Formats: sequence, structure tokens, C-alpha cells
Amino acid sequence: MNFLVLLAIVLLIIAGHQLLRVIELSRGLKKTKEWKVTETDNNMMGRAMFAFMIVFFAFFFWQVNRWMDRSLPPAASVHGEKIDALWDANIYLITVIFLVTNFFLFWFAYKYRGTDKTKASYITHNNKLEMAWTIVPAIALAFIVIFGLKYWNEIMTTADAPDRVVVELYAKQFDWSARYPGKDGKLGETDYRQIDGGNAMGMDTSDAAGFDDLANIKNEIHIPVNREIELLMRSRDVIHSAFLPHFRAQMNCVPGMVTTFKFIANKTSAQMKKDPYVLKMMAGINTQRAKFGKDPVEFDYLLLCNKICGASHYNMQMNVIVDTEADYQAWLAKQKVFKTAVAAK
Amino acid sequence: MATVKNSELEKEHLVHHDHVHDHDDHEESFVQKYVFSQDHKMISRQFLITAVVMAVIAMTMSVIFRMQLAWPGEKFGFINAMLGDKWGKDGILDPNMYLALVTIHGTIMVFFVLTGGLSGTFANLLIPYQVGARDMASGFLNMLSYWFFFVSSVIMTASLFIDDGPASAGWTIYPPLSALPEAIPGSKLGMTLWLVSMTLFVVSSLLGGINYVVTVLNLRTKGMKMTRMPLTVWAFLITAILGVLSFPVLVSCVVLLLCDRSLGTSFYLSDIYIGGRPLDNVGGSPVLFEHLFWFLGHPEVYIVLLPALGITSEVIATSSRKPIFGYRAMIGSMLAIGFLSFIVWGHHMFMTGMNPFLGSVFVFTTLLIAIPSAVKAFNYITTMWKGNIQFTPAMLFSIGLVSSFITGGVTGIILADSTLDINVHDTYFVVAHFHIVMGLSAIFGMFAGVYHWFPKMFLRMMNKKLGYVHFWITLTMAYGVFFPMHFLGLAGVPRRYYTNSNFPMFDNLVDINEIVTICAIIGALGQGVFLFNFFYSIFRGEKAPQNPWNSNTLEWTTPMAHIHGNWPGSLPVVHRWAYDYSKPGKEKDFVVQTVPLEEGEQDGDSH
Repeated sequence: MNFLVLLAIVLLIIAGHQLLRVIELSRGLKKTKEWKVTETDNNMMGRAMFAFMIVFFAFFFWQVNRWMDRSLPPAASVHGEKIDALWDANIYLITVIFLVTNFFLFWFAYKYRGTDKTKASYITHNNKLEMAWTIVPAIALAFIVIFGLKYWNEIMTTADAPDRVVVELYAKQFDWSARYPGKDGKLGETDYRQIDGGNAMGMDTSDAAGFDDLANIKNEIHIPVNREIELLMRSRDVIHSAFLPHFRAQMNCVPGMVTTFKFIANKTSAQMKKDPYVLKMMAGINTQRAKFGKDPVEFDYLLLCNKICGASHYNMQMNVIVDTEADYQAWLAKQKVFKTAVAAK
Repeated sequence: MATVKNSELEKEHLVHHDHVHDHDDHEESFVQKYVFSQDHKMISRQFLITAVVMAVIAMTMSVIFRMQLAWPGEKFGFINAMLGDKWGKDGILDPNMYLALVTIHGTIMVFFVLTGGLSGTFANLLIPYQVGARDMASGFLNMLSYWFFFVSSVIMTASLFIDDGPASAGWTIYPPLSALPEAIPGSKLGMTLWLVSMTLFVVSSLLGGINYVVTVLNLRTKGMKMTRMPLTVWAFLITAILGVLSFPVLVSCVVLLLCDRSLGTSFYLSDIYIGGRPLDNVGGSPVLFEHLFWFLGHPEVYIVLLPALGITSEVIATSSRKPIFGYRAMIGSMLAIGFLSFIVWGHHMFMTGMNPFLGSVFVFTTLLIAIPSAVKAFNYITTMWKGNIQFTPAMLFSIGLVSSFITGGVTGIILADSTLDINVHDTYFVVAHFHIVMGLSAIFGMFAGVYHWFPKMFLRMMNKKLGYVHFWITLTMAYGVFFPMHFLGLAGVPRRYYTNSNFPMFDNLVDINEIVTICAIIGALGQGVFLFNFFYSIFRGEKAPQNPWNSNTLEWTTPMAHIHGNWPGSLPVVHRWAYDYSKPGKEKDFVVQTVPLEEGEQDGDSH
């Protein structure tokens, strides 16, 4: 078998070489030089440029039509709805710029394809025109900056809501755990030197504030709807990133630092499962899963790792359940208090 | 040497000329001529061929990991053949090797192909030619620059063959992942080799950059005012300044990482528990690394892009048979981009835990860059307006560059906006953005340069029809690869995931990944057309005439032979700018820069 493949390759090379000799010899007979661009070439390439533009734009709209409804569902958080609105405004603007400038580029390539008769116009510059296309983008960008920064400040520097829920996310290779403050409303101090089997999150066992913390919560976390969630993030080993795409929330988890992100989830998991957009998206997912012979699934909010962190980076996620207040309290009551967990060990 | 003026070099040259009758007969050993050459033309070819080899390696890597992403778990004989039983057992890619491949693919493409390959090839070839100099200011440093680049390439390539595999912490090598051998196998010897290789690369880049700056400032021939220089030379000058100012920061960044890895320091490390034990390091911060890295990393984007834009400016003007539109605005834009590129690095770090207020500042400076970028795009398009466009393969790739520069540039407006960045940060939306705006634009510029200046480099012509075939395969497949990635990003797919099928969230994106991979494979095979054309034409292409593209710049006034000192007699004297194409009242549609101005004739765009 290998011999046959080798033989085929050798024969191909010989055939190719012979073909080249023929081309080279016939080239010697012709007077025109192969590399010279002729009017025929210009016509052909000019038209090809225009045709490409049509295909390119058609491809763009085909993709939008086919794949837009597979993008993330509408935001499930208060600030996320603002981000979505800002996103839409910006994306429409850049789509127009993309289409118009590419149109002119390829249209000019077609329209001004060279001929032997015509001569190009000697135009060096035009101050008015250049001024216009400096100022117009500048004004557009001013709006983009103003709105972008307005929302950025609102999202990143909000005052603490009095009834906020503090959740600590703790990242390590390759899973997430969570910790909630106990009745005192305070998270205990941490000390990475005290990490061991029973104290996987590295809590400081001498800090009484941590004794009632609900720690080492794995696989899924629950948060209440319509209350501010303050995420505090730590990492045990390398940089991870807590990415909650459905809530439009993301922040790196950096060893040696505590980072934060605040958001208010405004749709419970149960509501989201019945959302028409989500239902359609999940139907698509389940159709594909059926092809792979996998069981159908329901929608769940996810926390993903979004910073390269090692071999199983792709598999470091956790479910997030948004509950009604009552369900949340019921879930919270079932979680283990840190001190009993240590004692149990 | 650095302060030597062109006139002094010229005297030296003429003296030399008296002694030896004919340069061409001047005895040079094989080693002097082809290996340790100090001639800018040879060094340029050495850079190009090294870059082509590195590009083939990096491209093959991308095909391997794209196959994994489209068909995870499928067995491919190709993967097993490329990676062997250790990393491609049964034809399935190992997850650690996946990360190594994306890391080395990025490193090679960004540094070895688009920095070393692009600047090294074309700054070397064109600066002395286009400013009218005998050679670079220091041929010796120039030679060293190539050989440091070569050794650095060899080390990077060698790291692919070591037991633990090459560096695999992503091309941005953020610690602690890159600092701790327990965190990932690639952070053992592979990362050390990566750091050594990059340090040598920076040495090469600095030796080259200093030379480029000095040559442009000091060795311009008589009459070659700064405002008469072709935009290529302006681009290389600004690129070199950016490199000289920013690359040393990468070295300090890398040296501190080496210290953390080997000497037990804590520049980037704090509060870490790994491999079943707490580490002693306290007080360091990975965010410091990110600042240092991106202080180079962002100017690096423009170090990659500006030479491509310079090449395109030249090719579009020549092929449209029209002056470049807004010559001074083009220079101004490049200067503005160069300056701004130093104060925008934080836009890579909105989500790193950096103070959000600092983020706001970077939003503002980053969006400012869009203005000079827009001016450049509009000027290219207007240069083609009312032109008489000759579709050489170089021109096709230049148009491709303008298209990808716009298409990838507009999504930059989204990503620069910290609010919008929250949800697409580190997703495929970013991968799509930078591959189109930086990767495609720069590689299209590089192809344009190769097709345009091949006659000067190898004294033969490349085949035009194969050039056409290569262009259309490359353009269509490149968009086929990178455009759909936006939609993966919108679906929330993080980058650097070994597979997207491990949990249900991305199961409906299979067809997007398949389209991307199929286009990547066809596009990669299409590069075979280029490789064949390139190597075939070096030996068997048609003999190049003096000035095949009817161009104005000085390199086309040199004889079609590689002679030491470029011009056989005295240096040419420049009388006009480089863009007198289709000037009214002239017999031909181009006027070479050495032709004196007629009485009352205006020079350049100064009217």
C-alpha cells in the first residue's frame, strides 16, 4: 500500500515535470510575456472583484440568517439588557460601514479596471474630502465612547445594594466551587496555606466569621432572581475567568487577588426554559444531539472558564440556577456550614 | 557607523570602486555571499525563505487543531502521522498538544512570519533601494539580525520535538500557567525554550530596527527629502521605531518570568497552591505581567500591520496608475497610529481585575485609533477611484488587504468598547477580529510585497495566472474561515477550548465549525499553488525586465543583477516624489523619481 502511494507520488512528480517542460517550451514560442497584465486580464479580474463582492455580501447575509438565532439568548440580567441595546446600536452601525466601504472598494476595482486607451486622473489630495472623513468618524466615535463609558461606569461601579447576595467563586484546575456567607452575612478570611482535603477553598480556620460560611459548594450554584448578586472571585492556581455569558458577566480570577462583578439576574431558570427564543435554540441543540446519539437536554445557565488554564480548560463549567426567593432560601438551608463540614471530616 | 552620512559612504564606495575593477567579479566566498552575507538583498531573501518555512509549519498546525475542533474524537491518520503516537494516539489530538499547537501557531505567525518575515524581508530589501543607499547603515549588525532570527526560529521549532512538548500557555503566556511546570506540561522545558527563543528574537528585532531607523534618517540620497519618500519607507521607519521602543519591554517581561520560573522570585506569583502544596511565593501579580506583555503586545499589532499598509500604499498607487491619495494624510495617519499604539494596551485587560477607571481611559485612546485607520482605508479606496487599475497579483492582494482591514477593523470598534467587551472578551469574536484585521491584512500585504518585488529579489517573474488562482483561493477561503467565527463568538464560545462538544451548550454550532475547518483545509492546500510558484519561479521564472510594473521608485533604476552597492556608478539623485503616475503633460503614465522637474512643474502634492 505504502509502495503504491509512493509510486503514485513519483509518477505525479514526473508527470508534473513533463507538463512544465511543455508549458515552458510553448512559452518560448509566444511573443507576449506571461507576467504582463493585459486588458483581458483586467476585464476578467475587475469583473471577478465585483462578483466576489456579491458572493461575499450574500455569504454575510446567509450567515446572519442561518446563525443569528443560535447566538446567546437575550440577556437575563438588568445590566445585560443595556449591553444588548448598546450592542445592537453598534453592530448596525459597523454593518453599514462594512457594507458601504467594501462596496466602494470592489465597485471601484470593477469600474476603474485598466484599459489600454484610458489614462488615470492625476488626483493627489482633496482637503475638504479628507477633513470630512476625519470629522465624521470622529463624531460617530464620540457617541460610541460616551455611551460605552456611561454604561461601563454604571456596571462596574455601582453602590452596594443593602439586600445584595454575596457569592464567592473559587476557581482551580479544573472546577469551580462556591461559598456563601452564613447568618452573619460575612465571608471568613482565607489563607491558601491552610488548603487541605477538608478545606478545599483555603479558609482561615482561625477566623470565626467563616465558621458559619456555606462552603465547598460544587456542581451548581443557586442565586435569587431580582436581587443584586456580588460575585467575589479567587483562584487557587492559575488565572481563570468566570464567564456567565447569559448574564453578560465576566471577570478573571487571579491568584493573589479578589476580583468582583455585580449583576442582577432578572429571569429565573424556569422562566428561561419556557422562553420562545430559548426553546427554539434548545430544539436545535437537541436535534444535533440526537444525531450524535446523545440524550436531549433542557436549558441551564452556565458558568464557564474563559481563560486558558490547562488541559481541561474546555471542561470547566458549573450550572447556575436562578431561583425565586423562596426556592433560593430553601436551597440555601440545605447547604453545609463550613465548621460542621470540617468537624465531620 | 551609525552617524556616517551617505556622502561619506559614497566616497568610500568610489575609492573601493577604483581599487577593484568590477564589483561583480569581486571575490566572495560561498559563505560570505550566501550564509553570513552583509548585503541587504541577500539578508532580505534569507528572512523571506525562513519566514515561508515557519509559515508552513504554523499553517499545518492550524489545520490539525481545526480538524479536532470540527470533528472532535474522530480518528485521523494525518494527525497521527504529524504528531506520532504520543500526541496523536490513534489519530486523536491530545488536549495538551492542542494547547501547544494554538500557542506555537500564534507565536510563529505573529513574531516569526509577520514581524521577522514581513519587516525583515521588506524593510531590508526596500529601505536601501528606495532611499538610494548602497546598503544598510551597518551590514554587520544586519547580518547579526538575521542570524539571531534564524537561531531563534530553530529553537522555537526544536521545542516542538522535546519530551514534554512545546510551550502551551497561549501565545500571550500569562503566568502563573506559564510559570508553573505543575500547571501544564508545556510549562516545563518547552516554556524555557520559548522564552529563550523570544529573547533572541527581540535581539534580532532590535538590531534590525536600529539599522532601519539609522538608514532612513542618514543614508537618503541627494534630493530624497522625508516628504519625497515612498510610503513603504515611512511605514518601515515608524515600524522600526515602535519595535525599538516596545520590544525591550517584552525582554524585561520575559526575564522576570524566567526569574520566577528558575530563581524562586515572586514578580508574578502569589498565594498559589498547586501540585498538592502551597508555594512560598507571595506579593507578585500576574496583572503586572499582563501590563508588561501588552505594552509590547499592542504596538506589536501595528509592527505587524504598518509594513503591510506601506507595501499596499505603494502597490495600489502603482497599479492604479495614480498618485496615492492624500500622501501627507497617510504619513500623518501612520504617525498617529504609531503614537496611539503605545497608550492603548489596556484594552486587552478590561476583564483582568484592572481598575475599571483605568479601563475607561483605554476605551477612549483605543477608539481614537479608529480615526487614522479610517482615513487610511478611505485614502486607499479613493486612490483607486478614477484609476486605470492593472490587476497584477500584487494589486489583487492589496485590494484584499483593504477589504480585510475594513472588515476586521469595524469589529475592533466593538471590542474597544469595554462595556461590549464584557461578553465577547476571549471568545471567538475576538479570534475572528484579530485574524481578519491583523492576520489576513498583514499576510495579504506580505503576499502583495512578494508578488510585486519578486523581480527585484530573484531577478525573475512569478507566474501571473498561478498568482490569480492563489489569490482567489486565499481570499475566499480566508473569509470562509474567519467570518463564521464571529457567530461562534456571539454564541458565547470561549477561545482555546479543545472541544465544544463536551457539554450541550454549543452542540448546535457543529456546522459552523465544519465550514471553518473545510475552508481552512482548502485554503491551506491553496498555499501549495503559491509555494510552487515561488520556488519554481526562483529558478525557472521568466527573466525580469528593468521595471516590470512601470514604477517610479528608485529600486527599479538599479540594474537587474545583484551587485554590491546597488548602483554601479554614482548614486541616483532624486528630483520628485514617488507618486507621479499619469501626470498630465507627460509622455508616459509614470515619471521615475530621478527625472528632474520641468520648469514651473510642481513637485508632489504641494499645491
